[in-house]
Amino acid sequence: MSAPLLSLKEIRKSFGENEVLKGVSLDVKAGEVVSIIGASGSGKSTFLRSINALEMPQSGFMEFEDMSFDFRQESRFFPSQAQLQTLRARVGMVFQSYNLWPHMTVLENVIHAPIKLLKMPRRQAIEEAEALLSRIGLLEKRDSYPSRLSGGQQQRVAIVRALAMKPRLMLFDEVTSALDPELVHEVLVLMASLASEGMTMLLVTHEIAFARDVSSRVLFFDKGVISEAGSPDILRHPESERLKQFLHRILHDQVGHSISNDSDRGVQA
Amino acid sequence: MTGNFWNEVLLYGPGFLEASYTVFGITILTIAVSWGFGLVAALAQRSKFRAVRMAAAFYIWFVRGTPTLIQVFIIYFGLPQIGIRLSPFAAGVIALGVNSGAYVAEIIRGGLSAIPRGQTESALALGFSPAETMRGIVLPQVFRIILPSITNEAISTLKNTSLLSTITVVELTLYAQTLIASTFRPFEFYIAVAVIYLVLTTILTTLASWLERRYANLG
Repeated sequence: MSAPLLSLKEIRKSFGENEVLKGVSLDVKAGEVVSIIGASGSGKSTFLRSINALEMPQSGFMEFEDMSFDFRQESRFFPSQAQLQTLRARVGMVFQSYNLWPHMTVLENVIHAPIKLLKMPRRQAIEEAEALLSRIGLLEKRDSYPSRLSGGQQQRVAIVRALAMKPRLMLFDEVTSALDPELVHEVLVLMASLASEGMTMLLVTHEIAFARDVSSRVLFFDKGVISEAGSPDILRHPESERLKQFLHRILHDQVGHSISNDSDRGVQA
Repeated sequence: MTGNFWNEVLLYGPGFLEASYTVFGITILTIAVSWGFGLVAALAQRSKFRAVRMAAAFYIWFVRGTPTLIQVFIIYFGLPQIGIRLSPFAAGVIALGVNSGAYVAEIIRGGLSAIPRGQTESALALGFSPAETMRGIVLPQVFRIILPSITNEAISTLKNTSLLSTITVVELTLYAQTLIASTFRPFEFYIAVAVIYLVLTTILTTLASWLERRYANLG
């Protein structure tokens, strides 16, 4: 048994009166792909955002690589600003609304963090960024501004911007929810290829077919707790009534973007 | 007749040129001071400390609610009473800078609220500190948004330098007044002053619209 890459214990978070996370625990091993599903308001996004402390939990424990935190304010293991930045530099995150910086070109978006935070020489940062951009087929857009790109292209650049920091863990927060249906696929293909390369990933998603095909584990969030968890099989054979209802509702709304439709051998990019 | 006197106005060209330099110098320095005050006050309004937010709100409330001329008098005539004696030039730059800073603060505040929260979050998520995020990601975008308003404010500042004639700064207005005192020709000299102000404000607007065009293709 190898130690988990990421370990969360009893994570709690409230916004005022509203308790969003009611003590959530999770271990993630290196190379695992964990999909998080659940209705809006179930706490799944808040949970994902507490992993890099964009939402600071009010209590709970976290271990990631050599770092360990106690999120109680008074604890001496409460993360310092410097520790937060180290954590975030090692954990990549991609958002629903891409959030590329509009005043920088595609290339500048990708090299900004490696140069400033990893102190990477500019030449090397550009070389690595170009390699990443050509991998996603957007090298010729390197000098374009984000506003000239389609949503799918912007989101793939956003993924590459996170990858440029060589993260040990990637968090995806509903990254296809804002995209036009025909642009969803290209983003999912890129994510599937990262998964197949062994990237450790946590993703909040409404793409049930994708979660089924790519994840090693699926968590169903309901009212601030993980109410059902297991292999992607639970998406075919849900145990709890809540998950059954949720899947029924969501599968009626979407056709589903199955990655396995693209090749006989399943995941490929 | 007035028509013949225009030639004489030209005789004072070198003096007007010198006064224009003074106006230009005061304007540039004032803009620098006002951007400093404006940025600090705008960021202070977002501080998590109530006292800091209150101080910024008070500054903006006071400056916007009192006449600029009175603020100039407080700095130049009032401060010596408590031991702070400034040259007319320095007092003028500080008074106008502090004044314009309050308006710049409001402009920056508006610009900051126009930047989506996601811009900050994506930078923080990569490991940038809040200060680095503000400097490298947020403020460059704010600057592009506020450029037109900040240009208007700079033009106001330039025109407000005429108020400093009242505290013996030899800028265009006071220079013209001294000439009028000896020639009794207010019409020609005030028209001349107006034309020079027009030239200066036009230079500023041209500069600003050139900057705007440079950034127009972004974002």
